[in-house]
Amino acid sequence: MSGKSIQDPMLLRRLLRAKDRMDAASNEQWPVPRLAKVSGVSEAHFARSFKDAFGVPPHRYLLTRRIERAKALLRDTDLAITEIAFQTGWDSLGSFGRTFRDITGESPRALRARERTASHDLAAVPHCFVSAAHRPHLKIAVSEKRRRETGDNGPGPQQTEVP
Amino acid sequence: MSQGVGVAGVYVRDQDEALNFYVEKLGFEVHTDARNGDYRWLTVQYPGQPTFQLGLFKPQPPTVDEATAESLNEAVAKGAMPPLVLVVDDCRKTYQEFRARGVEFTQEPVERYGSVDASFRDPSGNGWKLIQAK
Repeated sequence: MSGKSIQDPMLLRRLLRAKDRMDAASNEQWPVPRLAKVSGVSEAHFARSFKDAFGVPPHRYLLTRRIERAKALLRDTDLAITEIAFQTGWDSLGSFGRTFRDITGESPRALRARERTASHDLAAVPHCFVSAAHRPHLKIAVSEKRRRETGDNGPGPQQTEVP
Repeated sequence: MSQGVGVAGVYVRDQDEALNFYVEKLGFEVHTDARNGDYRWLTVQYPGQPTFQLGLFKPQPPTVDEATAESLNEAVAKGAMPPLVLVVDDCRKTYQEFRARGVEFTQEPVERYGSVDASFRDPSGNGWKLIQAK
């Protein structure tokens, strides 16, 4: 039932390569054909294999990385929010703000204000591990999260989770 | 100094492949390579750091059962093992050298927080941070 079958380590290692590439350039577009090519996996099998390996579909993973980067930029820089949206891969401020709120529960502006007043003990931790600690835990689709929060369980309009 | 951590290891899917990577590509030296049947105790050292050995261990019976070995190989291949840090004098220079030897980098050198860092993986999936000494 849980489908917890062992995946071939050689395949997993190649899927990790696709994950690494998204990590390195989460602002870029990562359609399935591009990711499948990085992994040397057929397009038909890539999304399923990736989800089996890492627990989330590839595009949802990309979304968490973009939000993570946006949070870091809000926290650590004085860049305008529009600029942060652009730098982290969104093509409009509206979709950035909406997705950001859906995932983190607050607006980019509110998060920036809150982070600036909080104190941090992470100065001695290498940067990349701090990023991991701040990564949003996105376990359900953004569209599903939106539905749950509005209490609407009906079919509703089809929404895409990719910004 | 006689006290302290002497050996810490990483799990690798293939010890010959790992040995080639750590010695030929990263410049480590073999410290111990001892076999007993199927079991192989393999450790390497960074040149000039004689008090520490990095073990390149294959998860296998009898230290772990077959199913556990498969799970561990899976975890390594998914990049799920703990982070490793290699400290060097010149991150960009080492990056160029490693890259020329075919090391798979996952992040190019970036200057931040008063240092420079890059990231790479070994063939099994273990992730290393390459950090320039401050």
